Amino acid sequence: MTDATALFSEWEGRRLDEIFALCREQLEDPTYPIVKKWRAAGGKVLGHFQVYFPEEIAHACGMLPVKIRGGQADGVEASQHFGSYLCSILKTSLDLALCKHIELDLFVTHPICDGARNLAGIWGRNFPYKSQVLHLPQNPNSASAYAFLRDEYRRLAGDIEAAGGARLTDANLKASLEIYNRSRRLMRELYRIRRDRPWTLGADESMVLMAMAGILPREEFNRMLETVLAMIGSRAAREQDKIRVVFEGGFCEVPPYDLLQAISRSCFVVDDDVFIGLRWILEDVSTEGDPLANLAAAYMDKSSYSPVQHDNSKPREKMLLKRVREAKAEAVILAAAKMCEPGLDEQVAYSKALDHEGIPYFVSEFEENQTTFDDISIQMETFLENVMFA
Amino acid sequence: MVATLLQQPGAPHEGAAHHGVDLVGRGARESARLTRKWFSSLTEAARAGKGAAYVFVMGNMNEVLRAFDLPIVYPEITALQLAVRGTAEEYLRESEDYGYSPDICGYLKADVAMHLRGGEHPMGLIPKPSLVVTTNACNTYFKWAEIWQRLHGAPIVTIDVPNMRAARAESLRGDKEFTFEHAYVVGQIKELIAACERATGKKFDIDKFREHLRHANTMSHFWKKLLLLNTGSPAVFSALTDGLAYLGMANCYRATEEGAKYFEELYEEMAYRSEHGIGAFMRKDGKDVPVEQRFRLGFIGVPCYPIFRGFNEFFSDWGGIFVASSYLKFASGGTALGFEFDLANPIESFAEGTLLTVRSTQTGLLFDIPEIESRTSSFNLDGIVYHGVKSCRTASSGLADRRIHTSESLGLPTLMLESDIVDPRAVSKAQMKNRADAFFEGLIGRRQKLAASH
Repeated sequence: MTDATALFSEWEGRRLDEIFALCREQLEDPTYPIVKKWRAAGGKVLGHFQVYFPEEIAHACGMLPVKIRGGQADGVEASQHFGSYLCSILKTSLDLALCKHIELDLFVTHPICDGARNLAGIWGRNFPYKSQVLHLPQNPNSASAYAFLRDEYRRLAGDIEAAGGARLTDANLKASLEIYNRSRRLMRELYRIRRDRPWTLGADESMVLMAMAGILPREEFNRMLETVLAMIGSRAAREQDKIRVVFEGGFCEVPPYDLLQAISRSCFVVDDDVFIGLRWILEDVSTEGDPLANLAAAYMDKSSYSPVQHDNSKPREKMLLKRVREAKAEAVILAAAKMCEPGLDEQVAYSKALDHEGIPYFVSEFEENQTTFDDISIQMETFLENVMFA
Repeated sequence: MVATLLQQPGAPHEGAAHHGVDLVGRGARESARLTRKWFSSLTEAARAGKGAAYVFVMGNMNEVLRAFDLPIVYPEITALQLAVRGTAEEYLRESEDYGYSPDICGYLKADVAMHLRGGEHPMGLIPKPSLVVTTNACNTYFKWAEIWQRLHGAPIVTIDVPNMRAARAESLRGDKEFTFEHAYVVGQIKELIAACERATGKKFDIDKFREHLRHANTMSHFWKKLLLLNTGSPAVFSALTDGLAYLGMANCYRATEEGAKYFEELYEEMAYRSEHGIGAFMRKDGKDVPVEQRFRLGFIGVPCYPIFRGFNEFFSDWGGIFVASSYLKFASGGTALGFEFDLANPIESFAEGTLLTVRSTQTGLLFDIPEIESRTSSFNLDGIVYHGVKSCRTASSGLADRRIHTSESLGLPTLMLESDIVDPRAVSKAQMKNRADAFFEGLIGRRQKLAASH
């Protein structure tokens, strides 16, 4: 049954491969047609840069939270606004906004890296709407971080309200938390399939599904994912024997679909950190008591890891080893976006830990707009043969 | 929570002119002596097997750490010294062999190699960390701190300071936002004190802490006044060359009696020179000669340490002098803000000062510096030079856009250069010189046009 109010209903009644293709089109379309439809209907849009953002707050205020994650752009408009030595996602994100492919009512970035922190200032000089940093604590180990983040979320809500959002109430936020909790359960199921039956779902396919969570109203996303998960469950796919690998390094700049497809041809990518911000909170957020405080505590206590969060209780190399073990992976692809300082820094710690554990790994760099994958395919195959015959 | 204004009844002021001949050049001589002394003290600590507190220039917590008598290492300063002494490249290559990418911060890489060499540094031996204090003023700080933890097992204490979230949206004392930000910093400072007690086995002595705050107040007071002296003409120091020596003192001797005295005396010298029209000097053919001051320039970014003097000569050769620099503000951790701690309420006031000073460094880095990037700058600038570097995305990512805004919206002449703070391989001297030459040709043309129109 088609929902007449849906922003994206083209997937309904389609085959699984067609749905993946439609989602890929949305991911790679720099003009954000879904967001345009939302705006055309009078909706307000909050754009949030990678990695994690508490979308529940914007959702509860009736705004559409959209993940700003770069995209297919030539970068001409943005080029004069940036110096050299920067990753692509910063440049293409601004480029898409300067070209008016995406129009916002509020822009939020995070202190995830030194480039991203600068976006609030850059955006603020170039657009009339408010551009700001959401100060996600970089000291989640402090007892005082909980109250701080709760109050910071309340401050953000004030800006959302001022940008045209509805007033944030506990009741609205609790309702949004329920919707997002449902979403988190569905995403966990998606990744359980990747681990348990990897021949039924490729990393490339999984990525385009996840990307839709950053564009669609979450209710719509949930409805789609619920249907798709059932279809994957009955997908006719022959069980295969391939090496199981973890792909690490896609936490911010999005690896190209074709890159993940090329990798998936020669191995099973049984876990990854692609769009980790959308899956940051690992459990349900309680709807009892103060929902803002619960959401803040979940950011710190019930969360994943990434190179852009400093947390003394989560040494990332140990977290990676945990991810590898839980996914029963035999090898790791240590990727990093070109010029991504946090990702490149972390590659060293990861590689030393993997060396120590005797787990084979393959170090690589990528860029969102790269177009040739022949070299990486050959290198991957060589790497995997080495693992297989070691 | 209210900061007191510093009372300096006996402070030599402010233009006191008694030993003019001895006074001129004293600050430069003294900073050279104190720099050597600082490195010697680190070497002594390292030889005695003592651990040190490792801190970064922005949010360095010296006031607390000195209350526990911890030797303090500033890895940014030890790294920049590798560049100034022309030894950075070998350290960088060693770190890259260890696994680090050519595209990350060179300071971090140079430092890692120094640790892999057991603390070997051209100016001495650097002790290992026994405690690491990091802040969010730069994201590489976190990575760097984690590396020391992995290499040496040193515990990390983080001080996360909420910065201004949007341009001109500063929280103010007494409002809701400031209150919760302050509470967050207070909590972390108390946790830092507890961590220092654990690391040193010493109990926190609040009176000793107060004493260090008092020294920090003196330093801040004179540092702020010193920078403002350059609003006059001639400028009494180059913010790009001389200023960096003062900056070293502001960091290495922060919250100490020696540091307070240094800045008090430096201000005395500079106030004298300002009053007597004795401008900045530069070294030429083994002699100190007055700097020609035809063009007053502002500098936004970080210096090019691999060609430190050469970079300045791109400008001084045309009669350009840097009278103001963003670097002197953010790289001194905000001490130039002039915030003075309330000694009657030390911890709360220290937290407030930390919030305000560290935040001020970030505002200048991430948004703007109205005192330089403005048509009505009291520094009376002829142009602004933006210098972005590969090694510092914090200070560099927004510069090109700021430059567009400054030149197009404000109508000020600007120049954008790119190189590196430590890596000589990323420095293209000829290309930078060409651009600087073109910049001055433009400035001269602008001046001629203006003269013709009058």
